[in-house]
Amino acid sequence: MATTGFWPATKLVAEREMRTFLRLKGFWFGLAILLIALFAAAILPTLFGDSKPVVAAVGPEARQVLTDTSVEIRDVPDVATAEQLVRAEEVEAAVVPGPRVIALDDPPTKVIAALATAPPVDLLAPAAVTEGVRILVIQLFALVFLMFGMGGSAIAQGTVTEKQTRIVEILVATVPVRALLAGKILGHWLLNVGQLLVVTIAAPIALQLGGHSSLLTMVAPALGWFIPFLCFGFVLLASMWAVAGALVSRQEDLGASMGPVMMLVMGPYFGVVFASDNATAMTVLSYIPFSAAVAMPLRMFTGEAQAWEAALSLGVLAGAVVAIVLLASRLYTGSLLQTGGKVALKKAWAHAD
Amino acid sequence: MLKVTSVSRSFGDHRVLDEISFDVHSGRMTGFLGANGSGKTTTMRIILGVLAPHGGSVTWRGGPITQPVRQSFGYMPEERGLYPKMKVAEQITWLGQLHGLSASKAKANTGKLLDELDLTGRADDKLEELSLGNQQRAQIAAALVHDPALLILDEPFSGLDPIAVDTVLRVLRDRAAEGVPVLFSSHQLALVERLCDDLVIISRGSITASGGREELRAKYGTSRFELVVDSDAGWLRDHPGVRVVDLDGPRAVFEVDNGQTDQRVLESALSRGAVRSFTPLVPSLEEIFKEAI
Repeated sequence: MATTGFWPATKLVAEREMRTFLRLKGFWFGLAILLIALFAAAILPTLFGDSKPVVAAVGPEARQVLTDTSVEIRDVPDVATAEQLVRAEEVEAAVVPGPRVIALDDPPTKVIAALATAPPVDLLAPAAVTEGVRILVIQLFALVFLMFGMGGSAIAQGTVTEKQTRIVEILVATVPVRALLAGKILGHWLLNVGQLLVVTIAAPIALQLGGHSSLLTMVAPALGWFIPFLCFGFVLLASMWAVAGALVSRQEDLGASMGPVMMLVMGPYFGVVFASDNATAMTVLSYIPFSAAVAMPLRMFTGEAQAWEAALSLGVLAGAVVAIVLLASRLYTGSLLQTGGKVALKKAWAHAD
Repeated sequence: MLKVTSVSRSFGDHRVLDEISFDVHSGRMTGFLGANGSGKTTTMRIILGVLAPHGGSVTWRGGPITQPVRQSFGYMPEERGLYPKMKVAEQITWLGQLHGLSASKAKANTGKLLDELDLTGRADDKLEELSLGNQQRAQIAAALVHDPALLILDEPFSGLDPIAVDTVLRVLRDRAAEGVPVLFSSHQLALVERLCDDLVIISRGSITASGGREELRAKYGTSRFELVVDSDAGWLRDHPGVRVVDLDGPRAVFEVDNGQTDQRVLESALSRGAVRSFTPLVPSLEEIFKEAI
């Protein structure tokens, strides 16, 4: 008789988890809503936003550049007048011989997008990232982290279902308990990272379509860090979700054991949303493994952190993942077959034989 | 052969199993009898490695029960459960693969089993859409899909209608005939009587009787007889070596103290008149069970 070792068992468990979720209408519905929201946020303001931007044009060359674009042209005699109009915010930007674009404090994405080729931009009052964009990006990153973190709660749900229906006895009698845990984490990791990849591929397309290519240039490096951080961060949270599920025997009791894990997801979310102005707080958050996944990429985005800091924090996170997975695996083993009420952590630890 | 040797287990201060020993032989259906809380489920969970013993050992074919060995066992836990939202055939196939079958073999076995258990029509339904009786059949299929080397079934017949009992019984008998040892627990003594070859009786954590069914019957039963005569059989009360269990006019049920007494009773009965019936009573399992615990 053939036998199933650790890895084949892990694979079978992961496959089952994924197949179950890929068949749920809710799963696809959620992903569709996310994509629709993403595209809507990127494109709709461009389509229905404050009609045509008014742009000052200096000289025939500038005028020609702006012809056939979706901007309203206002001819001005010289660059000085154009700058005046820009400063007075009477026009959104000015196109001067070169051709060059003059704007006040923010690269005029609509104007740039309207031009066939992006000309060099002179900012009269440059800022690394404008306040509005900064807040938007922080919100978005925090939101993706939140969704990603909560995505692991399905592991807790699934584990309780197995305990409640008692199929867990058959599973434990058949394959190593650690293979069950590993399979669940792997399956949900692939599901969530898969969704993340879809969003990561869709986001640049949406930004491009919406004419926010410059924003894309700014966000791309942070996004590049966000993905590896989330990949590690998910394993960290997933193993905790699994323990939360293994500690209780009924769905009704799940709320109590899920609470602390939920705090570990909500905490970093609110942390970065509310403390984003506080450089010290953000620095601390960016090194704590549970919040690093969202705080460090944001610091990279705002330009507060160097690449070596991100690498260091990622290393700390990876170390924490190993430690937490080992701990969780012991607690999961010790509590999976305990029934009746909520298993105390101490008891779960002691029962892992 | 499965050998349970001096296995003990406590939960806190409560000693649930006290050095129990018994064997489950190849090709034999072994009934595991005991009242609620007597330790049947704990014993089965220890055999399956779901629970660790606090003393003693369980061996299979003379060797320890390791993970790969355990994977070849078929187990039906007392509290039933499969994935409620998974389709029946898909679920059983998956469990077969988990037990080490290839995908194609698991699929083929599932098809065959569902056919044997009259579940083919429900193969693509979710488990939760099945009646309880059919869920039970699916559970049996889940325990059998990987052609197990040993079957451990905790109360396999509870919750089954009589037709399902016959179906499941036939399937289990087939497995035993192929040489698979089958250990099953049950409260339904009449059913066990019909089904098992060997018996293990457990009471408050100790084995009180074990062996072949006929052997146990002989051990617990030859001393009881029924006598029917023409007139009143009251004289039996005064017969030496006889204990009257039941007396109703000409009909009496009695127990004797040794192998010769029954013949002496028959002689005295004949000397008093006609004897219509003289029958040794074979005890039902229920009687053995009551006596043994």
